[in-house]
Amino acid sequence: MSGTAERPYPGRLIAVEGLDGSGKSTQIHLLHQWLRARGYRVFFSEWNSSVLVREATRKGKKRQLLTPTTFSLIHATDFADRYERQILPLLRAGYLVLCDRYVYTSFARDAVRGCDGGWLRSLYRFAVPPDVVFFFRLPLETALGRILEGRPKLKYFEAGMDLGLHPDPQESFRIFQGRVLEQYLAMVPEFGFTEVDATLSVHAQQKIVRGILTEKVDLAFFHKRYAR
Amino acid sequence: MSGKRCYTHPPAGVDLAKLSGWLVVVEGPDSSGRSTHVSLLSQWLEEQGYAVAQVGLKRSTLVGPELERAKQGNVLSPRTMSLFYATDFYDQLENVIVPALRAGFVVLADRYIYTLMVRDLVRGADPEWLRSLYGMALVPDVVFYLSVSMATQVERTFESRDQLDYWESGMDLGLGRDWFQSFLVYQRRIRREFQRLAGPYGFTVVNGNRTAQTIHRDLVEGVRRVLASGRG
Repeated sequence: MSGTAERPYPGRLIAVEGLDGSGKSTQIHLLHQWLRARGYRVFFSEWNSSVLVREATRKGKKRQLLTPTTFSLIHATDFADRYERQILPLLRAGYLVLCDRYVYTSFARDAVRGCDGGWLRSLYRFAVPPDVVFFFRLPLETALGRILEGRPKLKYFEAGMDLGLHPDPQESFRIFQGRVLEQYLAMVPEFGFTEVDATLSVHAQQKIVRGILTEKVDLAFFHKRYAR
Repeated sequence: MSGKRCYTHPPAGVDLAKLSGWLVVVEGPDSSGRSTHVSLLSQWLEEQGYAVAQVGLKRSTLVGPELERAKQGNVLSPRTMSLFYATDFYDQLENVIVPALRAGFVVLADRYIYTLMVRDLVRGADPEWLRSLYGMALVPDVVFYLSVSMATQVERTFESRDQLDYWESGMDLGLGRDWFQSFLVYQRRIRREFQRLAGPYGFTVVNGNRTAQTIHRDLVEGVRRVLASGRG
């Protein structure tokens, strides 16, 4: 997945990745608001959001029918649907497409569940590499603290309970997230993630993110072409 | 013992050493008589005292119904359909085929990854991508491929249903508006892809133009050999 080759579409793809609790969703939300307010052609897309396969995902999760392989495939199916009907058409139509999580989420989580890294990378080979992947990096304990602060009831898969790491969901979540972080860190050089220090204030991070985007993408191109 | 293996690597959590049993696949184009022969073989095996588990496509609890609905609506892109089928396949592999083999059953599969690959190939899928996608499939003990002439296939198609099927006619490919013409072109392409897979995947080709009884006799012969080989 080389990110420097000439792209066959005029759009640009921006993704955010990071652990639960890293603040990436907040950051991409703020970025989206900013770009919209400035009148750019921009679209926001979320991992696991297509209606068609959501039903099967829900059923599988509820009945705990999913194995690491089918868990991975059902997310890939969902992604393919969204990719071919939304992300790719928008890129071809010349949009800035913002993705809250991209294929790297699968690379990290599914590998922790035991899926083969090479198989996962081949599975998602159809997906174009983003122009920028912001990776919101922060220490494991900080991320855990943010999520576990309110002592929430963690969902089965969210806590990685399917891995049998620990009978206590909170403990299982800690171990699971630690392994996910290891996977992410290994991907930073592999895919050239742009790291953002997620221990900084939300505002400071957003300034950095906007700065990098302005530098890497010719935003003027994305001005809406017709008046509203 | 006939050790089980997967084409590339086993799915996470599947211990191949624990699998005994046999995986027998019956492949072939639409209306080639697969289902008839799967049920005849199933009867024969049970008479011989072997426990049988049957699998096919679109039968998984996980996504079977959703797949059927998606097919009716024809709203998913080819790649999404492809991955939907792959999910269905692996769900059955891990939740039906593997447990049955662990218990020493003979698993009879009416179609396997080859049909899925062939359908995707005629729709322009990358062969490398497919090989990797289905790399965790178990290598069957035998794959019978029912080879039928176009004439036989056409006759059987009209005998089993009174009208052409949208998907079996490849109408989603936009080959033309004439259904019968599209059916012929599409099915020829399907066969061509099956033929390409036959060598690399070691199909046992069975002449499917003969009477059901004769074909059944050949299949029984083949299954006998599989059951006898490397077993103690």
